[in-house]
Amino acid sequence: MTKPRTGYIHPLDLKNGRVDMTHGSGGRAMAQLIEELFLAAFDNEFLRQMNDQASFQIPAGRMVMATDSHVVSPLFFPGGDIGCLSVHGTINDVAMAGAVPLYLSASFILEEGFPLADLARIVESMAKASREAGVPIVTGDTKVVERNKGDGVFITTTGVGIVPHGVDISGDRARPGDTIIVSGMVGDHGVAILSVRENLSFGTSIQSDTAALHGLVAAMVAAVPGIHALRDPTRGGLATTLNEIARQSGVGMMLRETDLPIRTEVRAACEFLGLDPLYSANEGKLVAFCRQEDADALLAAMHAHPLGQDAAAIGEVVEDDHRFVQMETAFGGRRIVDWLTGEQLPRIC
Amino acid sequence: MKYIDEFRDGALARKLAADIRREAQPDRTYGLMEFCGGHTHAIFRYGVQGLLPDNIHMIHGPGCPVCVLPIGRVDSAIELARRPDVILCSYGDMLRVPGSNRMSLLKAKAGGADVRMIYSSADALKIAQENPDKEVVFFAIGFETTTPPTAVAILRAGEMGLKNFSVFSNHVLTPAAITAIMGSGEARVDGVVGPAHVSTVIGSRPYEPFAAQYHIPVVIAGFEPLDVMQAILMLVRQLNEGRAEVENEFSRAVTREGNIKAQSLVAEVFELRKTFEWRGLGWVPDSGLQIREKYAAYDAEKRFELPYRSVADHPACECSAIIRGVKKPLDCKVFGTVCTPDNPIGSCMVSSEGACAAYYTYGRYNDKNRTSAKRIQS
Repeated sequence: MTKPRTGYIHPLDLKNGRVDMTHGSGGRAMAQLIEELFLAAFDNEFLRQMNDQASFQIPAGRMVMATDSHVVSPLFFPGGDIGCLSVHGTINDVAMAGAVPLYLSASFILEEGFPLADLARIVESMAKASREAGVPIVTGDTKVVERNKGDGVFITTTGVGIVPHGVDISGDRARPGDTIIVSGMVGDHGVAILSVRENLSFGTSIQSDTAALHGLVAAMVAAVPGIHALRDPTRGGLATTLNEIARQSGVGMMLRETDLPIRTEVRAACEFLGLDPLYSANEGKLVAFCRQEDADALLAAMHAHPLGQDAAAIGEVVEDDHRFVQMETAFGGRRIVDWLTGEQLPRIC
Repeated sequence: MKYIDEFRDGALARKLAADIRREAQPDRTYGLMEFCGGHTHAIFRYGVQGLLPDNIHMIHGPGCPVCVLPIGRVDSAIELARRPDVILCSYGDMLRVPGSNRMSLLKAKAGGADVRMIYSSADALKIAQENPDKEVVFFAIGFETTTPPTAVAILRAGEMGLKNFSVFSNHVLTPAAITAIMGSGEARVDGVVGPAHVSTVIGSRPYEPFAAQYHIPVVIAGFEPLDVMQAILMLVRQLNEGRAEVENEFSRAVTREGNIKAQSLVAEVFELRKTFEWRGLGWVPDSGLQIREKYAAYDAEKRFELPYRSVADHPACECSAIIRGVKKPLDCKVFGTVCTPDNPIGSCMVSSEGACAAYYTYGRYNDKNRTSAKRIQS
């Protein structure tokens, strides 16, 4: 990391300093924060121009754009933090169109009093995630709100990408007969977050699965360009994502509980909290819908990628005017896998 | 997952289902009430009803903690929460239960009331410690399972010298509810799947007088689907043999005497109310618990002078009849139309342990007026 020459008399106190209102006022303090922290960490040719926007050439084709706000609590959790999450989340939203993500923007809302050391940690984590993904953060913004009017830090990222020629992936394209494939173990992120919530801490080895999925998607698209739909089952978990796709595509689904890849630790944690892993968030998984005859090739491509090793076919799309997502239970019965109502709550009795 | 999967084994379920089918006499019907919401939830989530022969009907009982709380009590909690100096704490599902005018604690929270969802009574104590300038009220609900933790919270508050903590007690008693349902004679109940977690506290003995008086077999069962099926088989056998005994399927957790320590904690802090209003069952004598005079300083009803106002249910809502086992969710005109888990009118549509919510969430694919999903053959 090369520090640009700044000319500020006192460098930013990244050890004991705190965000104050001047960091968002548009004056010298804000310029210093941007230069010594954000610019230094995200360093690239676009940011170095110090404009209020980034300008870049784009290849011909269909562009996609996605935005995502991140408000996670706690900010640091097993396996990640709000920083890398905010990079992965938006890259994944872009990638779920089958697109190659190109650029990101990042917008910060900081709460007065937030430790600069924590902010630096978060920014470093974003920079690392962005470098590893090969998707630079090319423009950004910072605002500061008074103490108690924010929750430490909120990060909004926006991403753009280009869809390869001939790829048409969309949540409304799932068709009866399609095979439903999930890219790996579900529910990890939600349980990792719960395990460190202040009022519910419990010991677990489960880490968040936060990861950028565009590499996996590229391998999948190369193997099966005719994938019908992709989505990352984040908030609300796999169940919610499947219901979204069912509604968008006007179809039903039939899942097989015995084929769902779920870690024993996740099942156990959900069991004693009275929660359902199908509604637990993921940040590094995707669900794919493809023609049944393409399923083996798609699964093979996924298994060959580090983020798709545990990929599994979990059911199929069926005709259903009610757009129900149903599941054959391991017990031998059948039930609906419904939309999440409110928040998932532990049982009382 | 060890010790869990064994109780959800599909092959064992099929064997049990075959046993039940063989034992159930085709020329009679069996109306079995599962008392607890935990059972109701398991029956719908695992599709147990689909494995039973047509002449065994499961009747969903009143054992869902948030379902049985009457509107008047919810209104009192909302009134408390709206006081500027009060932080009101309660368990998750309680926050969504509608009171008068479909107001709920969650809506009161959005309107500025300080309402906190907690996972245990100890969380409420912690909040009281951290907010010495606020009155922290624990809106305590539930059957015998949740009562001991409330008693512990009150005793702990005393030890800690907390002056700003109190409990709005709405704890209710299971045997009284079963007796009220049987006594009314409204629901045709031939046998009862007895409570799981409640029985770990009170034991199996309290059901004995009731089984003898109404000549109704009771089988205490765990909340796993195989527990429920095993209990159904045991009830069918008892009915076929003309027995009306209290049997214990959940012997891995329940004894005849129950948890003596928990019982003595409850007895130290609580005493019987003369009468308590239940949603569905109305006023039931000796069915609720109030805080003893000795601990009056922690009794929110005394501290805040909460006058009780009984409020009738929404006229279209059938929760009352469903809680009494007289009607099923589909008998309700507003089920799944204006009353859904996202926008509940009645309490049975709120908790996943409520009969309506369980039916809506897991089972509505087999509604009569809906076609079930057609498998694509390839």
